[in-house]
Amino acid sequence: MNALINIVKQGLGLGSVAVNGGVHPPEHKQESTTQAIGQLPLPKRLVLPLRQHVGNLPKVLVAVGDKVLKGQLLAEAEGNISAAIHAPTSGTIAAIEDALIPHPSGLPDRCITIAVDGKDEWIALAPSDWRKEDKTKLLESLRNSGIVGLGGAAFPTQVKLRTNAKSHVDTLVINAAECEPYITCDDMLMRERADQILKGVEIAQYLLGAKECLIGIEDNKPEAAEAMRLACAISPLSKLVTLKVVVVPTQYPSGDARQLIRLLTGIEVPADKRSTDVGLQCFNVATVLALHRYFDFGEPALSRIVTITGNVKTPANFEVLFGTPITDLVKAGGGALEDTNDYIMGGPMMGFSLPSVDVPITKAANCIIASAPNLFAPAPPAMPCIRCARCADVCPVSLQPQELYWFSKSSNLEKARDYNLFDCIECGCCTYACPSNIPLVQYYRFAKSEIIAQDRAKEAADLARERNEFRLMRIEREKQERAEKHAQKAVGAKAEAAKTESAPATEASDDASIAAKKAAIAAAIERAKVQKAAAVPQNVADAKPAVQAEIAEIDARREAAKQAVSELAGDNTPSTQDKK
Amino acid sequence: MSRSPYLSSAPSVSIIMVKVMLALVPAIAAYVWVFGAGILVMLALASVTALAAEALMLKLRNRPIKPFLMDGSALLTAWLLALSLPPLAPWWLVVVGTFFAIVIAKQLYGGLGYNPFNPAMVGYAVLLISFPVIMTHWPAPLELAQAKLSLANQLQYIFGTTNGLSLDAVSMATPLDYLKTQLTLHHSVQEITAAPQFGLLGAKGGELVVGAYLLGGLYLLQQRLITWHLPTAFLSVLALMAGAFYLVDATHYAHPLFHLFTGGSMLGAFFIITDPVSGPTTPKGKLVFAAGIAVLTYLIRVYGGYPDGVAFSVLLMNMCVPLIDAWTQPRVFGHKK
Repeated sequence: MNALINIVKQGLGLGSVAVNGGVHPPEHKQESTTQAIGQLPLPKRLVLPLRQHVGNLPKVLVAVGDKVLKGQLLAEAEGNISAAIHAPTSGTIAAIEDALIPHPSGLPDRCITIAVDGKDEWIALAPSDWRKEDKTKLLESLRNSGIVGLGGAAFPTQVKLRTNAKSHVDTLVINAAECEPYITCDDMLMRERADQILKGVEIAQYLLGAKECLIGIEDNKPEAAEAMRLACAISPLSKLVTLKVVVVPTQYPSGDARQLIRLLTGIEVPADKRSTDVGLQCFNVATVLALHRYFDFGEPALSRIVTITGNVKTPANFEVLFGTPITDLVKAGGGALEDTNDYIMGGPMMGFSLPSVDVPITKAANCIIASAPNLFAPAPPAMPCIRCARCADVCPVSLQPQELYWFSKSSNLEKARDYNLFDCIECGCCTYACPSNIPLVQYYRFAKSEIIAQDRAKEAADLARERNEFRLMRIEREKQERAEKHAQKAVGAKAEAAKTESAPATEASDDASIAAKKAAIAAAIERAKVQKAAAVPQNVADAKPAVQAEIAEIDARREAAKQAVSELAGDNTPSTQDKK
Repeated sequence: MSRSPYLSSAPSVSIIMVKVMLALVPAIAAYVWVFGAGILVMLALASVTALAAEALMLKLRNRPIKPFLMDGSALLTAWLLALSLPPLAPWWLVVVGTFFAIVIAKQLYGGLGYNPFNPAMVGYAVLLISFPVIMTHWPAPLELAQAKLSLANQLQYIFGTTNGLSLDAVSMATPLDYLKTQLTLHHSVQEITAAPQFGLLGAKGGELVVGAYLLGGLYLLQQRLITWHLPTAFLSVLALMAGAFYLVDATHYAHPLFHLFTGGSMLGAFFIITDPVSGPTTPKGKLVFAAGIAVLTYLIRVYGGYPDGVAFSVLLMNMCVPLIDAWTQPRVFGHKK
């Protein structure tokens, strides 16, 4: 039925395609769009968590006491999926230690702290003439740009721009939907810097080789849409490829990449595939703008636009350096009103409560909402599910949240997986619509983490079992071999005794072969020793001498402890290999 | 773990229940108009019994009493059951039915949200099987009654304090019952429906009540408290089924509109089969569920041992709900099927 409506709609040129589900929470966007994007004064200290993106932690390149310049690489991307971190301003590295970071877990994590010197002194910038450069070179340099998806997902952008023979991108979708209530950072960015965004779109189009660029904006941002239309009209890109601003109806969560792709192109990206497998790639507006600044000016990712709104005096948007304490931003927003009792990072649908207002702004921080009981009332106690299926009606992925709830609650995890729990995008529509006030999304997060933990445990158990089986087999084999050898020796001794004199020549050759074997074994042991000595763990390879001394000391202690243990346990201690 | 979303839009369970009861008000008014104010006494009896039974069970089960009494679900069950009974019936009938519905059908299965069967229909079925004569004899509408009953008379009847009023004196067979018995005596449908208790489409007077149910049902749809799937599928399949039989032999099978406007059809379509707890949740599942009830209802009415079949059909289809839900899972975004 929906498919039919969509075909008719597209046929009539009515633009966007209807998607399932979705909700219309109060928008509260106008409060923070009354003034231009502001600048924050330089803070005294910047705290840069290493974990600001999806993927591996970057490798720290600086040490405490080092002087750093604005834009200097502090930590480089490690492994395939990772992002670099740069100094957002000049100063001195004051600490590299665990500190509270903005994360739903509320746990501390590794951070680099910069004592700001106030000079804001740049490194030598190296803009590139990207139209003339080799694409692979550009992508290689992008690895250390520090750019991640600024829509909130914080996935390293360099990974998304890599194309190969299998993934061929025809359509570039620019996500400017900004569907969550309260958040207006993309709206303001488009109003003020549409031309710069278009320059970024040019770069993304060039790197991907897309033939079509669609910019999706919800219809509650007419000023932004108009600015983007004007910028498109004068962009040289409009002469090369199809370049269009598509206004979509305001409905949460149209800004989810797969939902927006469906809205703009009618293509439903298969659940088990990436969008690039069907010729599409999607970037947030702020992310492409960061590409423009990186390639055209040589500036890595150092700041972003953040909305400060909710229970503050003057909600607004600010350009904020990464690492800036959120207290500074709240101050810039006129300060929090009296009854403020919580701070939310992100929107009210998918955001999370901050462990403290002192945590820093990170790459994923699009919005900070000062929360008060009158803004977001604490949820009333949950009642039993009455199976009204309102949750199913609003689910954008067409899941059956009431069934998933039932399975998650009863820890029937296999069933939850069968009912496609992992297709849940945690948008919160179900909880929003639930008359029984059941925190459905929490149940799904819990079930997902339980399933993942179970899978890991199962994998580890399988591995351990395999190893153990192999070990038992080896022991058995060695026993047999020994028995055979003994038997052979016994037979040989008898034979020798029988004909000692008849075969001296063979004996001599036997001796020689045994000697050769022994020599080979000795050589192998020697090689192994050398290798073991050379195999210093990677993460300490370039540690400072003081640290290395400490490591040596620890190693010595560990060795002593090992010996003590083996003395206690006698010869029964299993070898470390078996333990693993 | 994050507590998002921080926003909520939904009306609470109690608001939903109150709105459904509000949708029943026109039908109750029609009842009073057609049969007298006795129905109000019946509703009050059912309400008090339901709340008392619910509170007792919550206490025995160590559950908080206030939030669950306030959710309104017990009250709604009581109203639906009272409206399914003859509008004039002895007090103990109402009390036994409501008690059974709340204690056995709802609370013993785990209370709100856990009952696999529609509690009001369980109560109704128990009464119908146990007291078939009282359950199938409705009071005559006031305009047809030989002796017009005052409210005092009705109260006397309900509480059994009078000797003068017997069941036969105040009641007559319902049109569905009358049709069934008369058909076995080889009368044609046309002859039978000429009897005084038949109105334009259904039962004389009862038509008004049915119309009021329809009105209340439209309000539920407008308020998005129910979706179109259940009532539409139920009423259309019932009409189709009756229409097919009617076309084949109009002397033995009643007009499809007669089936829509008599018995529990309209109450069932909008208020009974739409009970979310004991019904399916998927859109396709709702269509299957409602169609199944319609087919069974018609078959019971025409071939079964009871004049009406809505209650039994609902209970039979309640049993199929897990299967229906499992078979009608919608296609998930990005999945084939």
